[in-house]
Parts: sequence; structure tokens; C-alpha cells
Amino acid sequence: MRAMVYRGPYKVRVEEKDIPKIEHPNDAIVRVSKGAICGSDLHLYHGMMPDTRVGMTFGHEFVGTVHEVGSSVQNVAVGDRVMVPFNVYCGSCYFCSRGLYSNCHNVNPNATAVGGIYGYSHTCGGYDGGQAEFVRVPFADVGPSKIPDWMDEEDAVLLTDACPTGYFGAQLGDIAEGDTVVVFGAGPVGLFAAKSSWLMGAGRVIVVDHLQYRLEKARSFAHAETFNFVEYDDIVVHLKKETDYLGADVVIDAVGAEADGNFLQHVTSSKLKLQGGSPIALNWAIDSVRKGGTVSVVGAYGPIFSAVKFGDAMNKGLTLRMNQCPVKRQWPRLFEHVRNGYLKPSDIVTHRIPLEHIAEGYHMFSSKLDNIIKPLVVAGQS
Amino acid sequence: MTETATPYIANKRIPRKSADELRAQIPGWGADLDPADRPSYPREQPGIETGARWDFPERQPEKWPRERSVEHAFLPPVFGTSTPPAGVSGAIRKYAYKYSEGRAAHWLLLIAADRVDATEHHLKSLATLHPDNPVTETGVLSEFSHHPIHSRYGQKRADVNHQWMDPIIVAGPWVMAAVGLAAAYKTLRKERTQPDD
Repeated sequence: MRAMVYRGPYKVRVEEKDIPKIEHPNDAIVRVSKGAICGSDLHLYHGMMPDTRVGMTFGHEFVGTVHEVGSSVQNVAVGDRVMVPFNVYCGSCYFCSRGLYSNCHNVNPNATAVGGIYGYSHTCGGYDGGQAEFVRVPFADVGPSKIPDWMDEEDAVLLTDACPTGYFGAQLGDIAEGDTVVVFGAGPVGLFAAKSSWLMGAGRVIVVDHLQYRLEKARSFAHAETFNFVEYDDIVVHLKKETDYLGADVVIDAVGAEADGNFLQHVTSSKLKLQGGSPIALNWAIDSVRKGGTVSVVGAYGPIFSAVKFGDAMNKGLTLRMNQCPVKRQWPRLFEHVRNGYLKPSDIVTHRIPLEHIAEGYHMFSSKLDNIIKPLVVAGQS
Repeated sequence: MTETATPYIANKRIPRKSADELRAQIPGWGADLDPADRPSYPREQPGIETGARWDFPERQPEKWPRERSVEHAFLPPVFGTSTPPAGVSGAIRKYAYKYSEGRAAHWLLLIAADRVDATEHHLKSLATLHPDNPVTETGVLSEFSHHPIHSRYGQKRADVNHQWMDPIIVAGPWVMAAVGLAAAYKTLRKERTQPDD
């Protein structure tokens, strides 16, 4: 089969690999029809995530058709069109049985602090991902769902990570009616977090980024007010002024490890790998939320220490809430929102890249060329 | 006299839009206003239906000694089988897993192993029919057809001030290796051509 493989920082290529095999009775092999490159894949691409091995196939957002099933699989069958959450999870451990699917303890030997994620380094379990023609899907009775007949396949891809993660980020904010919500990051997750904040009853939604074209999308797609932090001497002070010096009730960090806005922080993390992530957005979140407010973190950070302004968080009495999204838990409600027309996930797709050209796709996404917001990866085209 | 800003008084001073106004303007506004409609509320839902029919999953065969965190009680029953550890990088990785996730040594060794792994594979690829090609593998050719100047300049982008480092990160180790090899060659050649004292 054809599959993207990592060749070292900033380098990927497409190679012939063996079609994955059933390795557990509850495995399925899925033939991928559409995948995506996630902003968090760029952390791997840039060599930031420990134990990212040459030869691994990335990709944790994908949909496709069931090609083969293990002997104990009952809930999906060969030929079913399925969407697969980015979480690999067992459904039965202490954490899964409470709904914390992203914190599964039965699927990741390499680390106890994180569950399993497709194509996301050995730190997340060592599973090859879906930027390939075929992918192994463990616990096929638990993770994947059949794509509803009425659902567009591109919407389904976005529902495997970006959309539910943004929606989950808004939930972590515990938004009350009329709250002012600030979202740092106008990438796919930030756009969905902003849009979802309205569903939770926000009274005002503000999105902050430095890419003008993404801020335009935040205005048109998510009905948000926007600020480009480059235009302000100090974005925190500006947000204080915008909120009559109170600060936002809720701030969502939808940026994560490669935040811009402070040269030293960015270079020490993204380039020199001396921090698990550049905590610029997180520190701005801590500073711009009101005392007693809530900071929700859905931006991804690496496991190494980061220079976070924890003292301010403590002194302000903040509630810090965060997690990887337990995707499938969000689906029933998100399916309703998509069907009701409240959300159209594929509206943020800007590029459709054939698998054979994925190296160009990574470079474009990493360098933010051509107003790219969300690139899909299309299998079987050249 | 200016009005007193919000944090110094009891209530927010900025007037906000009513629920009816917001509902009219924003599709779906307030659909999940009731926390009971939010799927991750409460955070933990003991007994949630997951589709699992087992108390503990059947174990996947362990085809090689699978490296694992020392914070695990045992090897979890299911795991990824991509890219087993091999070579010098594999030895560093196995050593790194002797330290817990709480130790910086664990993560820093893994990051070091990643760099060694890349070097090992680049060198190995030179002896194959499919050597690493930094032009195609970095995707840099996409620059020509995707508005490299317009995308970067005049856009108030904050990341342009460090993008110049990326080619150095990619090509720097190769240039340094080439310079080192050239210096070594020069030194050896000099030693050979010099008559013995």
C-alpha cells in the first residue's frame, strides 16, 4: 500500500508499506478514503514530540471503508463506511468506563499520561496512522462508527478530531449565558471552539491570531470579533480594555505547542526543543481571563516542561481545565448540530491534497502558504 | 468624570445583547446552554456505554520485547507495532524507558534518540535505490505554485521572523557533516603526502 512516512524533522515521503494485519481479535483494517493533516501533526513534523520514529505513518483524522475485521468484532462489518475517532481506546479500563476515552490505560505502553492516538509517535502508543491507504483500527467495536447516510464524507473527517475538539474546548470553559469568551488561535480547533461557544450561550466571542486570513474566517464562519495580536503592543492589555478591564470570563487556548508572539519562547520550544511547547497563548490566556475565570486548554503540548506562568493562575483563583477530547462522546450531540445546520464542519476545508503529494501539503501547512486552514488528504489520487 | 470600570464595582457595565437578539443572529445560539445537553458534563460518567463486552481485553501477541513506561504495572494488552526500536537510536530509546515519565532524562533521551534515528536512516538511505531527497521530502517545491511572497509578506504575520531558521534546521546538520568530512579528508591527505621525519 502507499503510505506517508516520516523521514526526520521537516521531511516526509510516500512509500510502499505492507498492508496492516489484524493483530488482535477486535481489530479492523480500514481502507482510508479521506484523511487530514492536523495542526498537531506539525508538532511531529517539526520533531517536537519525543519518540517520533523514522518510518512511522502519521494521521489521526480519517474515514474509510472496513476492509477486514478480527474474529470478535460485532459492531462493524466489511464494507461499512466508518469514521474513526482519533483516540485509540478499549472502552473498559478505569478511565474509559467513566467516559475519559482519551485517557485510556489499556492501549499505550509507552506512557501512562496520555492514551492512544493514531499516527502520533510512540509517546501516544506507536500506532501507524491514516495518512495511508490502509490503517489498523484497534477495538473496532468501541471506536469507529458507521457514517450516517445523510452525512457528507468531508464533514465526517472533520468530526474525527478538529470539530469535536473545539466543541469540547468550549465545554471545558463551563460557559454560562452571556459570558465573554476569548479563543486564542483561529486554526480549525479555534474556529470550532468559537462557533461552539455560541451554542453554549456566550454573549460575546473574540478570536485572537496573527494570520489575517484566518481571522477573516473567524468572522465569517464563527461570527466572532477578531484581533490580530501583531497590531497591539500588548494583546493582554487590549483584551482588558475590550472587557472594561475585567478580563474574559472564559479563555480557550486552541494554539498549543507552537504558539507565536514571543520570539524567545517560540525558538526555545519549536526550534531548540528545550520546552514541551511554547506557552505564549497559555500565558496570555492566564493573564487575560478574569479573576475566578476559567481557562480551557485544548491546544496540544509535549510532555517536557514548559515555562507557564503558574503563579498568576494561582493568585487569580483560576479554574484550569484541559484534556484531549474524548471524541465519540461528542458525536451524538454534534451529529444533531450538523443535521440542524448549526455546524457545517467542512466549511473550513481549504485544500484537498492527494496522498502522493503529502510532502507539499505538510510544507504548505507548516509555512501557512496559500491561505491554508484545513488540508484534507485524499487517497488514491495522483 | 469617567465611569468606574467593571472590576471595581459589583456588576458588568458593558451592556450585552439579549438572548433573543443572539438567537436571531447566531444559528443554534444557546442550544447547549443547559449543561445537561453538553456531552462532557459531568466530566466523569461512571457506567457510560462504550460498546466493550469485556472486563479486561484479550492480549495482543508481543512479537518483540515491547518498550513500556515503568509507571505501567504491566504491558497493556493492546499497543502499536509501528517501527520497533533498532540501531543506536533503539538502544537509546530502550535506555530512556528505564526512567519514569516524571524524569526529564526520559524525555530528553527520547528526543536525542529521535535525532540519532533520523541520521541513521538518512545515512542508510544513501546505500539504497531510494535515498532521501531533501527537495521532494521537504515539499519545498510547493513554494513555487502557492504564493510564497504574498502568503508571507504584508500580512502582519508573527512567524516570518523565525521561518528563516527552518532551512538551517533541515540542511544544517548535512552541511556540518560535509564540512567535517572534507576537513577529515584534507587532514588525512596532508598526513599521507608529508614525508616521515
